[in-house]
Amino acid sequence: MKICVLVKEVPDAAVEKRIDHASKRIDRSGEKNLNPFDTHAIEAAMQVKEGGVVEVEEVVAVTMGPESAFRALHKAVSLGADRSIHLTDDALAGSDCCATGYALAKVLAEESPDLVLLGQQSDDGECYTMGAIVADHLKMPSLTQVIKMDVEEGKLRCERQAEYGYDTVEISLPAVISVGDAINEPRYPSLKAIMGAKKKQLDTKAVGDAGIEADRVGESGSRTSVLAINPPPAKQAGEIIEDEDTNETVEKIVAWLDERKLLA
Amino acid sequence: MSGILTYALHYEGAFNKNSLGAVSEGAKLAAELGGEAAVVVVGGDDLTDEMCAGLGSYGAAKVYRARAPEGLGAPVVDVMAKIFADGDYGYALFGGGLLGFEIGAGLTARLHAGVTMEVTQVKAQDGKLVAVRPILQDSAIVDVEYVSEPGIIIGRLNAFEISQSGGGPAEVVDVDVTLEEHSTKATMVQRGEQRGADVNIEDADLLVAGGRGLGKAEGFELCEELATALGGTVAATRAVVDAGWYPYAAQIGQTGKTVAPKLYLAAGISGAIQHKVGMQASENIVAINKDPNAPIFEFSDLGIVGDLNKILPKLTEAVKAKKGG
Ligand SMILES: Cc1cc2nc3c(=O)[nH]c(=O)nc-3n(C[C@H](O)[C@H](O)[C@H](O)COP(=O)(O)OP(=O)(O)OC[C@H]3O[C@@H](n4cnc5c(N)ncnc54)[C@H](O)[C@@H]3O)c2cc1C
Ligand SMILES: Nc1ncnc2c1ncn2[C@@H]1O[C@H](COP(=O)(O)O)[C@@H](O)[C@H]1O
Repeated sequence: MKICVLVKEVPDAAVEKRIDHASKRIDRSGEKNLNPFDTHAIEAAMQVKEGGVVEVEEVVAVTMGPESAFRALHKAVSLGADRSIHLTDDALAGSDCCATGYALAKVLAEESPDLVLLGQQSDDGECYTMGAIVADHLKMPSLTQVIKMDVEEGKLRCERQAEYGYDTVEISLPAVISVGDAINEPRYPSLKAIMGAKKKQLDTKAVGDAGIEADRVGESGSRTSVLAINPPPAKQAGEIIEDEDTNETVEKIVAWLDERKLLA
Repeated sequence: MSGILTYALHYEGAFNKNSLGAVSEGAKLAAELGGEAAVVVVGGDDLTDEMCAGLGSYGAAKVYRARAPEGLGAPVVDVMAKIFADGDYGYALFGGGLLGFEIGAGLTARLHAGVTMEVTQVKAQDGKLVAVRPILQDSAIVDVEYVSEPGIIIGRLNAFEISQSGGGPAEVVDVDVTLEEHSTKATMVQRGEQRGADVNIEDADLLVAGGRGLGKAEGFELCEELATALGGTVAATRAVVDAGWYPYAAQIGQTGKTVAPKLYLAAGISGAIQHKVGMQASENIVAINKDPNAPIFEFSDLGIVGDLNKILPKLTEAVKAKKGG
């Protein structure tokens, strides 16, 4: 069995995310990191590999992004992936969800994976859609927000929370699964794995190498376009108390609640 | 192409509230564009003529009914793709929910269509729709237009108001769709399982909500003690419900309950969008979080930056003293 994990490079959580008003895109300069939600997808792949129910020959991390995104792949490999693929090309810049999903599916199709894993959301784009987009292109069944995944021969048994409670769904392989962050506790990479990451195979692909039609990607191939960026409606800032002396803090909270007749 | 197609999810004989919001919104927008408002429903014999035609009272002119498994995305993608191919529809609109994301995403791929999600408002402009979406933890709001039709719009939970326009029964049309092979490869084994006790948070005036910051299941005792002192009820985030720390029935948010109590007090909750959509209508919002940059402080009326383990026990005592005295 071959598992592909989709990973993305995102601005570090500690860096304030901003918009570049000239290009109307998210400003992706500054500190970058592997999308934290994707570490759960890699961990899920490793648990399948180590679980012993099926034999996993390979875990391949795949990303689409600018040149710098190889760092997310190094991180993915240090967490256990065997090799990685970096789809990068100027022609891809400005791709919307529709274009990104199409391009990623093209790269995945060449790998013929038995299982594609993704994170529940990208920390910057927050689209929640990549899994189902990629799955439809690949003509594979899919499920998102999965918090329990048991592998059986040729199929998966998945659980996730949907509109009315928990659903249990059986899915035959090959399949595309996006995992929720409650599915596992990702491991930390060992120092040795971090040092060795650069030595593992990393293939860089351009649009032409993956059979991607250039007019379906990038800003010109996208199906949505940002008309305007506005600030959110002004809201009166709430009161903030820094807790230094807890007795005093609690006194203030009680007074605040009492003023609003919430302690009647 | 000015018609609008919405999808209405149903469960145990009733349509989903957010779907009804989408149906109402779709009808309003279709009227503005001068097109037809139609709804797609998917399921079995439970979808009676009466139930389907009843969507007319939310403004739907036509209801397409297909026999296929309900609760999974791909079969609905097949049905909607066929209706788009045969009919005169420019947009697909979904209410907030999990399935809307999956179906909308599948349609995006199938129809090579633009998609926007977490949409809080839709505007009809020059015969086209523009979707309004907050991004980056609601720190900016973008207006997005579609370069081509069809366009896919996935709403945010509670974004679209349910409105009964008083229209007559909708025309019910049965559609025959052969599912794609991959759409038959997922089967629902169990749907809507309730995990943990059945608690009622929707009718409570005062809610003490706990999140991952409680550290462990036992951490909820701190919330329970405060809730008891206040005369309120305990609620939770998905993170702790998925972890098995607290019952599903107590969950606020996108795949949980929507509440609007007089007091919502959060302990160890970051304030993710999917949680916020379920509680932002609360009258008074108080948050205790040790991270001064937690998003919840952006929408709380009183924010306390500090350790809940230190604050909650003392707060419980102080509330008891105040109420006793
Ligand atoms: C499709 C989808 C649907 C979802 N549906 C829902 C939903 O219905 N409801 C929901 O809630 N979420 C939902 N989520 C998940 C949501 O995105 C968040 O992951 C979740 O709300 C986070 O829960 P949390 O705040 O408990 O945990 P975290 O985000 O981990 O936050 C914990 C907070 O506790 C603070 N903290 C830690 N220790 C302490 C301490 N000692 N004292 C004080 N503060 C402390 C931390 O600073 C942090 O801010 C959904 C997500 C998706 C993608
Ligand atoms: N550019 C990308 N390259 C690789 N994977 C991606 C990319 N964008 C999104 N993903 C994957 O899709 C998941 C969901 O992202 P999103 O739909 O953007 O919220 C992420 O957790 C990643 O696993």
